[in-house]
Amino acid sequence: MFRSIIGDVGHFLVLTAFLSAVIATIAFFRSTVLEKSASLDNEDKLKSWRSFARVFFYIHAVAVMGVVTSLYVIISNHYYEYHYAWSHSSQTLPFYYMISAFWEGQEGSFLLWMFWHVLLGVVLIKVNKTWETPVMTIFCAVQAFLASMVIGAVIPLIDLKIGSSPFVLLREQMADLPVFVSNPDFIPEDGSGLNPLLQNIWMVIHPPVLFLGFAATLVPFAYCMAGLWQKRYKEWIRPALPWALFAAITLGAGILMGGYWAYETLNFGGYWNWDPVENAVYVPWLILIGSIHGMISFKNSGSALKLSVILVCTTFILILYSTFLTRSGILGDASVHSFTDLGLSGQLLIYLLFFVFISIFMIAWRWKALPVTEKETTVYSREFWVFAGISVLCLAAFQVIYTTSIPVFNAIIKAFGGESNIAPPADQEIYYSNWQIWFAIGIAILSGIGQFFWWKKMNPAKLWDAIAIPLILTLVVSSAIIFFAELSQLSYILLTTAAVFSVLCNGSILYNVFRNNYKLAGGAFAHIGVGLMLIGILFSSGYSKVISLNNSGMLYSKEFSDQMNQENVLLWRNEAMRMDDYELIYKGPRLEVRGMSGFFPKNAFVETMDADIVLAKKDIYNKDKKLFSKGDTVNIYGENIYFEVEYRKDNGQVFTLFPRAQINPQMGLLASPDIKRYFGKDLYTHVSSIPVADDDKKWSEDQDYHLQVGDTVVWNDYITVFKGVDLEKDLPGLTFNEKEFAVKSKLAILKTDEDIVAEPMFVVKDEMIGQIPEVFEDLGLKITLVNVNTETGEFHFKVNTTQKDYIILKAIEKPLINVLWIGTLVLMLGIGMAVYRRYTEFAKMRDKGLE
Amino acid sequence: MKKSHILAVVIIGIAISIIVSTSGNTSQYVDFGEAFALAESGSSAKVHVVGQLKKDSEGNIQGMKYRPEMDPNFFEFVLVDNKNRETIVQYGQPKPQDIERSEQVVIVGSARGDIFVADKILLKCPSKYEENEVKAGY
Repeated sequence: MFRSIIGDVGHFLVLTAFLSAVIATIAFFRSTVLEKSASLDNEDKLKSWRSFARVFFYIHAVAVMGVVTSLYVIISNHYYEYHYAWSHSSQTLPFYYMISAFWEGQEGSFLLWMFWHVLLGVVLIKVNKTWETPVMTIFCAVQAFLASMVIGAVIPLIDLKIGSSPFVLLREQMADLPVFVSNPDFIPEDGSGLNPLLQNIWMVIHPPVLFLGFAATLVPFAYCMAGLWQKRYKEWIRPALPWALFAAITLGAGILMGGYWAYETLNFGGYWNWDPVENAVYVPWLILIGSIHGMISFKNSGSALKLSVILVCTTFILILYSTFLTRSGILGDASVHSFTDLGLSGQLLIYLLFFVFISIFMIAWRWKALPVTEKETTVYSREFWVFAGISVLCLAAFQVIYTTSIPVFNAIIKAFGGESNIAPPADQEIYYSNWQIWFAIGIAILSGIGQFFWWKKMNPAKLWDAIAIPLILTLVVSSAIIFFAELSQLSYILLTTAAVFSVLCNGSILYNVFRNNYKLAGGAFAHIGVGLMLIGILFSSGYSKVISLNNSGMLYSKEFSDQMNQENVLLWRNEAMRMDDYELIYKGPRLEVRGMSGFFPKNAFVETMDADIVLAKKDIYNKDKKLFSKGDTVNIYGENIYFEVEYRKDNGQVFTLFPRAQINPQMGLLASPDIKRYFGKDLYTHVSSIPVADDDKKWSEDQDYHLQVGDTVVWNDYITVFKGVDLEKDLPGLTFNEKEFAVKSKLAILKTDEDIVAEPMFVVKDEMIGQIPEVFEDLGLKITLVNVNTETGEFHFKVNTTQKDYIILKAIEKPLINVLWIGTLVLMLGIGMAVYRRYTEFAKMRDKGLE
Repeated sequence: MKKSHILAVVIIGIAISIIVSTSGNTSQYVDFGEAFALAESGSSAKVHVVGQLKKDSEGNIQGMKYRPEMDPNFFEFVLVDNKNRETIVQYGQPKPQDIERSEQVVIVGSARGDIFVADKILLKCPSKYEENEVKAGY
């Protein structure tokens, strides 16, 4: 019984992973101590300890891979007797979302993190000669802590829960469900599925990349600790630097992918929301960038060693702190993200405090011994500019993390018996942006000027020579931007100018450096990227413009009306609506067919009991190609509804957007935007509200009409003509014998722009009469053919009316957002070049036997 | 005084001003009583109020008004705070689609007259993990 033992195997491997990590930690520790007192007589002892440690690390590695594989097998094979598979996967989930289902729960994301650590650990053992034992001591200690988070054991007597296992069975997790009382072997046929918001390609890649970034920050930290421990105060920087840069790329890419996902999928109208979850990874990234600058500065001039040590440790500790914030449930009311509290907060706190303590202890222990330069830094030294840049980065990080930690302060005050009801600032975006914009200005200016000092020994005359041309160009370019974009706010003007300055300065540096040795151009590229990103962020956020302004609303309340922006418009189906330079027409709800591109009108299909399956009402064509025949079973993505909105621009341009809503039984309605991308701006559109689902609609009382062919009536303000009837022997989803048939009536509904044919029918089948009404959601009209009086030739119709179909929509223009994405790519390219350069340096030294 | 000392003083100065500015900008968790008292004392500071939707004995939601055909940007509902005080809340955005299913509602805004005007509504919906309901399948 593979299926029933795989959970036990997984659980056993988790315990193996934990114990082997503990043993490997001790063994690597022992070898490091032996290495320090290396002499001929303990050479053998050292060797045996080291190979012992390696064996246990490899056991650990294999166990972690085994745990990951077991859980993946459980999820991808839909073994719903396991709680994890049941709560994160479902029958119809496409295979590539199995990866998302894997990390969606906290247990899976811990495993993902461990998985990357294992890979990095193997690489480190391979590439290092002398650093292996101390570095791996730290690595294995971290792995032991992480493995303990997924043990899922309760220590008897003291009733202490350690970790949460992903291999728990559904019947263990939900033992009080009645179904398990009557049938202990019950296995649900379908899982509860993946959160629909996570069903996005970026959500398949973003968390693995982000966790690779998390994992990579451990490497410089481990080298730093090893350096302090083994008194190799300066040497640790060389191997640590490429890894710190690698962490900067992966963490940065992970953060931005998350932002891009939010932009494409969520409806808060942007890529960044200053939510605690975002802040918690933004802050360590800033400090990481600071530490990289410190390390580079040290390599070149021997300054900033102490600063680098502190920043490298802080980066790693902030990663642990962000883990604590997002997983302990402490953010509670402060975040729109809903967190599951697995009851691991105590364990997470111990993990955090353990490494805080270790870092402080190691730094304090070696503080006096850390070499410092006695040179006084002058304004004309590059160290001064690097230090100023690092200070701005740290202050920016401090401002964010201090505010994000407000719930933690509340918790601490309460823990000491105090009373505290501080809430985060009510307008988080404004609050954070007002501070961060000034830091951004500082960073832009410093990264511009600083680069000149970096490449040349400067004095006032030389500085002027170097800076004159970029400065003059900056004034020209930024004046033009300020003039044409009509910038008026001082901070916006300054940021634009500073960012342009940074791009131009680094451009001129790039030009000179690239000619000499292109390998050194990483820094210039990275800084150009940052400058472009700042321009993109400023314009796309600062000048985003809601174009769906609505002035037709009624005034409900005096307190209310004058200070609220009416940012949403209501579009009746098939009625044109004016909005900014556009005329909009909402054309109706659309479905997405599995395995097919494009969208199909919802009313071309008949729904079935299964939300993912519909039947074609009639033949459906795409141009001349027949896609479905009448009555075909069609597999759709039942959760997704798209709303076709046609935009007609005054200049004649016509395009169609399909904003999406997902109706999820557990989470209600979730709206996602559709974006029209121009080179200079994005037009971002999402539905803010849709009418209640069809079955919840309130229809009017029955109105009865007895009509003869040719009669004309007025229904819900539409003139309707009864044209005639047909006999039908063939209907989707029904089979008739000789005695069975359907009567289809034909009614022409006259509208101003077009006529619509309604075809309500009644069916005689199984010696019963049934009705198939015709429903027009856009007209708010339901017509039922009740019966036929064969003697009088009168047809009995029943008519119900309701609210006409509509959507409420919000549309925003985001200028220059592409500059942000381009800047991001340039930044990544720049850091990537730096990784290559610094790793080559390390490898050369190592091969000479110096590392 | 060395230049590095001047720099250190500047950095510390900025850090302190960050702390001061944060305490000046933080909001508070209050109940409606305190929110109205604050508004009467002339404060326009935005506060957080935590509460639940008003429901009758059968669990139907009471006092919710949303008529998009009249004005899609106006939504009104009644919130009961943790001290059981009911207040009409107005919100200048479309009705949050799943507000009916929320267990807890956090509103951010300020009291004005005898109503509360919310800028932001945060919903705490029953987490999908807590839903003790297993689809038996058919």
